[in-house]
Amino acid sequence: MSVKIGEIPYKERIQNGIKDDFMRQAVSSAQGRFRNGRLTQAEALGNWEDWRQLGSEIRAHTMENLDFYLHQLSEQVARRGGNVFFAQTAEEANEYVKNIIKNKEAKKVVKAKSMVTEEIGLNNALEEAGAEVVESDLGEWILQLDEDPPSHIVTPALHKNKQQIRETFSKKKGYQGSDTPEELAAFAREQLRQDFLAADVGITGCNFAIAESGSITLVTNEGNAEMVTSLPDTVITVMGMERIVPTWEEMEVLVSLLTRAAVGQKLTSYITAITGAKGPEEVDGPEEFHLVVVDNGRSKILGTEFQSALHCIRCAACINACPVYRHIGGHAYNSIYPGPIGAVITPLLEGYDDHKELPYASTLCAACTEACPVKIPLHEHLVRHRQIIVEREKKAPMAEKLMMKGFEQWSSHPSLYNLSAKLAKPALGPWVKDEEIENGPGPLKEWTDVRNFSVPQGQSFRDWFKQRQKDGESNGNKES
Amino acid sequence: MKVSLFSTCLSDILFADVAKNTLEILERLGCTVDYPMGQTCCGQPAYNSGYLKEAKQSMKQMMKAFQDSEYIVGPSGSCISMLKEYPHVFAGDPEWEQEAKTFASKCYEITEFLVDVLKVTDVGSTFKGKVTFHSSCHMKRLLGVKEQPKILLNNVEGVELVTLPNEEDCCGFGGTFAVKNAAISQEMVSEKSRHVSETEAEYLVGADMGCLMNIGGRMSREGKNVKIVHITEILNTH
Ligand code: SF4
Repeated sequence: MSVKIGEIPYKERIQNGIKDDFMRQAVSSAQGRFRNGRLTQAEALGNWEDWRQLGSEIRAHTMENLDFYLHQLSEQVARRGGNVFFAQTAEEANEYVKNIIKNKEAKKVVKAKSMVTEEIGLNNALEEAGAEVVESDLGEWILQLDEDPPSHIVTPALHKNKQQIRETFSKKKGYQGSDTPEELAAFAREQLRQDFLAADVGITGCNFAIAESGSITLVTNEGNAEMVTSLPDTVITVMGMERIVPTWEEMEVLVSLLTRAAVGQKLTSYITAITGAKGPEEVDGPEEFHLVVVDNGRSKILGTEFQSALHCIRCAACINACPVYRHIGGHAYNSIYPGPIGAVITPLLEGYDDHKELPYASTLCAACTEACPVKIPLHEHLVRHRQIIVEREKKAPMAEKLMMKGFEQWSSHPSLYNLSAKLAKPALGPWVKDEEIENGPGPLKEWTDVRNFSVPQGQSFRDWFKQRQKDGESNGNKES
Repeated sequence: MKVSLFSTCLSDILFADVAKNTLEILERLGCTVDYPMGQTCCGQPAYNSGYLKEAKQSMKQMMKAFQDSEYIVGPSGSCISMLKEYPHVFAGDPEWEQEAKTFASKCYEITEFLVDVLKVTDVGSTFKGKVTFHSSCHMKRLLGVKEQPKILLNNVEGVELVTLPNEEDCCGFGGTFAVKNAAISQEMVSEKSRHVSETEAEYLVGADMGCLMNIGGRMSREGKNVKIVHITEILNTH
């Protein structure tokens, strides 16, 4: 298991996305809602840019001192009776969790939403260990029943409508009610309640781990994380190693940014905090607490020009702002991390072989960069990936390489450029009709498959300018 | 004021009127305008495709061509934002770093130059018609030029400016994206075309020929007869 979700080739995935009218409708209206929400909240806050700056500084500081804060976190968790395990790889993390499940002879595991457990494929590992796994986040639960991968990092079942959900419930769980959201949610609640009560182990992800206190915080809207962390005797938190902040103060800033950027809320319905195992004086909390800190390729990103990709707080604002995502949907990215942030981190985590198209699935419009609450320059990272694909990985198509060699010569030799400025229009002449080309030759073909190519009459500007100078009208000119 | 015109290769070779209008507006407002013949392309097609080495050659050519200029003004937010990236591209290069910084500090997009440097908000032009404005991504997000074109348009006599729905959305051009990811590009530009139609404007105005030839080409393919104009044409019509 990996962040990759399937084997369908890129072009086919794009077509599948584009043809899925329902998905596009759902994504487009959700994007509209989230985006407007974010903008309204940003405006209400007044000094959004200052907050973003603060957020980005907090993340940068934390990543620069990551070893210090991870050490502090692990000491604090241990002090409060928790166990900490640093997993270098997905396998190590899965193995560790599997052993706990085996030792406990756990039959049922309930999970709160977590992207990193998707990333490492934990559910498969748990099932191998003989446990039944139940996702308790409503979106995740729907996907689990349907065996469908997530298409969004905050609202994973964004691509499904209520009729589809009703069908899934009735097929997999014998549901007989209507497709009103309230009734569907009530049914899910009822079902999940049984699972919460019967679970031996609860597994969560982590939004922000607080280094100073050894606490894990989770941001949810359904309150399911409360149940996962308070009912089972054993709780395991799996966190990506970058999901950490120094103190509660920084956490407050980042949560403010997260909820506003994600769904346009001032705050979510629930913020759950869990600090180690239940103490002798305490009534609530697990008897046993484990924290699994997952590296899985992250430390390779530290210290590189991609380091700021680790600043991500998984709010999905970049995904909600992305016009490419809007038209192709999450599955087209073939990664559990879709959209702009997915196009940046998927190749970092898993290499370019299976993901070399992702950095090009962007117009570099920078809507992502503008939306990001911690100011990650996402579009610049995409260009950086392209440079690596061309220069280091040597995966660029030959035709493109030749064209770019030609570009280099053309753009650095004014005499060549001058000549092309003279010849371009005459050369296109045979294809031009009414100052437009509808069926272009060679590289123009892909362009004119979609739209006309405009070729207004007349000479180049520079030739016109030279003429004008000769005619003695100009105010000044120089050659260089 | 002495200004060097950067026509952009696209306007130089294909859309000469855009460069002519830019030149004439500047002259009308009292600038002395030259046109360095050594200029070629800002390098963006190669840079954005990941061909850094190739892009740098055109960037060096541009810096050489404009080395004596005081102000460098051009009719494209996208190309100007590329020029402004040079210091970043040449950071750590002892030979070119300083040159790139000086060069970048002299570059302005035309509407930005008019409003922020010349402090002109009314260029005294007249243009009759209902127009809608597409704000290009690089111009507003990378260059930070958002209000200037609208201030200028609103002061043109006869212009009725209507807001384009989802104005901030990319048109799907993205340079090589339009051909590399033609299927996605088609969806994006079709959506943009729908929004333009919704405004019932006679003219679609923009400040970047790349976006305009994409949207215009699509609208023309769809048989729609909205006229595509670069903002400099409106600012240079009397
Ligand atoms: S990259 Fe930025 S906008 Fe995208 S999910 Fe991460 S924090 Fe949010």
